[in-house]
Amino acid sequence: MEKKEKIPFTMHVDLEAFIPATEEEKAYMVQMRKSSTFFRDGVKRLLKNKVATVSLIVIVLITLASLILPAVWPYSYEDMLGVQPGKPVDNSYNNLSPFKYGTTEQARIAAGEKIFPHVFGTDASGRDYFIRVVYGTRISLAVGFFASIIVLIIGLTVGSIAGYCGGTVDLVIMRIVDIIYSLPDMLMVILLASVMKMTLGPVIEGTVLEKIGSNIISLFVVFGVLYWVSMSRLIRGQILSLREQEYVLASTAAGAKGGWIIRKHLLPNSISVIIISTALQIPNAIFTESYLSFLGLGVNAPMPSLGSLASDALNGISSYPYRMIIPAIVISLIVLSLNLFGDGLRDAFDPKLRN
Amino acid sequence: MNSKTAFYIIKRILLAILTVWIVITVTFFVMHAVPGGPFMSEKAISPAAQAALEAKYGLDKPLMTQYGTYLRDIVTKFDFGPSLKQRGRMVIDVIGDGMKTSVKLGVVAAVLAAVIGIVLGAVAALRRNKLIDKIIMVITTAFVSMPSFIMGSLLLIIFAIKLGWLPANGAAKGGLVLPIITLSLYPMAYITRLTRSSMLDVLGQDYIRTAKAKGVSGTKIIFGHALKNSLIPVITYFGPMLAYIVTGSLVVERIFAVPGIGRAFVSSITNRDYPMVMGTTIVLAVLIVVMNLVSDIMYKIVDPRINLE
Repeated sequence: MEKKEKIPFTMHVDLEAFIPATEEEKAYMVQMRKSSTFFRDGVKRLLKNKVATVSLIVIVLITLASLILPAVWPYSYEDMLGVQPGKPVDNSYNNLSPFKYGTTEQARIAAGEKIFPHVFGTDASGRDYFIRVVYGTRISLAVGFFASIIVLIIGLTVGSIAGYCGGTVDLVIMRIVDIIYSLPDMLMVILLASVMKMTLGPVIEGTVLEKIGSNIISLFVVFGVLYWVSMSRLIRGQILSLREQEYVLASTAAGAKGGWIIRKHLLPNSISVIIISTALQIPNAIFTESYLSFLGLGVNAPMPSLGSLASDALNGISSYPYRMIIPAIVISLIVLSLNLFGDGLRDAFDPKLRN
Repeated sequence: MNSKTAFYIIKRILLAILTVWIVITVTFFVMHAVPGGPFMSEKAISPAAQAALEAKYGLDKPLMTQYGTYLRDIVTKFDFGPSLKQRGRMVIDVIGDGMKTSVKLGVVAAVLAAVIGIVLGAVAALRRNKLIDKIIMVITTAFVSMPSFIMGSLLLIIFAIKLGWLPANGAAKGGLVLPIITLSLYPMAYITRLTRSSMLDVLGQDYIRTAKAKGVSGTKIIFGHALKNSLIPVITYFGPMLAYIVTGSLVVERIFAVPGIGRAFVSSITNRDYPMVMGTTIVLAVLIVVMNLVSDIMYKIVDPRINLE
């Protein structure tokens, strides 16, 4: 295209500016890439972080394995293999080493049958140890997850009320938080767990809750009572700084009520902080559960959790050290990767916290 | 110390007293909410004997009276009543016996953690991004995410069972070595990371640059300026560290069969020895609360700029 000389200060319109665009020119205007959102940006940053991605993969694999394997595995976590109806107890199944078989199984193998191996052997009661570890992982993960959700819900409610209402309400709530915060948490957890274990048993007998077990429920209650405080502090702080923003003032001026403002303005803006601290709460909860299980205050037998498996293994530790090492590795792996993933989440979604 | 600091200290002490009172109250009422009372697990006993037992331990009185007596005995005589399962012994004596071993364990572990942690943290900070720094950071990350019972069991398997270097039983000669190492690893790793990050922070300050510009020697900068100031955040960790050591000693004493207060506490829970559970909870809680108080006040005195509100 020839360049025309521009004539300033005339009424002549440059007609070329009104010529329909060619295909080539149109191509410039095509949106090559969708404009990114905050969430998508965060995910991209997260996936760039190798440590966090690997941790996420580890967590997903462990979770999937703990969900799927019990369904397809030929043994169950509570079946004592040596105990068959109508026959005397076969002790050869107790304390099997990895990939060894009990007497009846050996007979069946000799007859040409294929028997699924006991990958990690069996425990002192003749239960397949591999599936117990898998099932224990499932329990530990579930306890960690639900305990964090409970902490999240209570902390969110109390924290946003305190932060939004301010004044006397805030003062009273924060003094309660201060006091709970200064209590030695582990001791109180042990005390409550040991007492609830005895109190809850008869209360929930015959209900759906009995299946979950009094110990896990008491664990949830303990978490609900004690661990919401730091979450509520965090959310209160967020709300306090957010509610001074202009858009909240505008919303109030337009006649919005408190609940609306909390739901539509304050919570969405503090969502990344909330998600991050919930994610970091999960390994904490798993930690606490395994600690209590180790002291004998965790899940009800025969249900295994990683902590109770380790606790049981302590009795035969000199002969069967692998029974301690296996759950130990799994629990360390879970806690470590959850922590690293949580750190990655924080770096990706809360740029303010990055330095 | 100005009046503001003094006011803070008084406020902090009052909060600590309130906390201790709440711990006692919660412990008392929670333990008394258990159905059946402490003699339920015993073999069937006649109603007369039951009544006699309850009268002996003051369990026939109204709950509030029992509470008043309990609180008064603790405050005035440091008396937690008799143990139910260890007949003829007072709870405070059992606790005192256990404390002898546990305090030794805890203090040595704490000192070990502090000394090694500070040294490693300073080394990591001064050799930032060098190989030694990376090694220290990887190892401490691993230690921080390992529960104490797993650490203890692994050490037990490696050093006592496989290698046979140290005894597995805590009551044996040299048996406290492994429990002490187990207890100190987590706080050591934590202190290392804390010292490293606060030292890096201090090394970037203007006064360090000024000192360098004045020609102060490297060692003098590190020991005279940097280390002293970077230890301030470490002081705040002393309270939580004690809390960790106390709760950690419950499992560590179980793993290594150390005859300390942690093991007594765990077995009193399984035995339903209520006065013992209450007494131990309260003593340990007071210990933690006081330690938190001391480390907070020390922090405030060492660095009055800090606003702890």
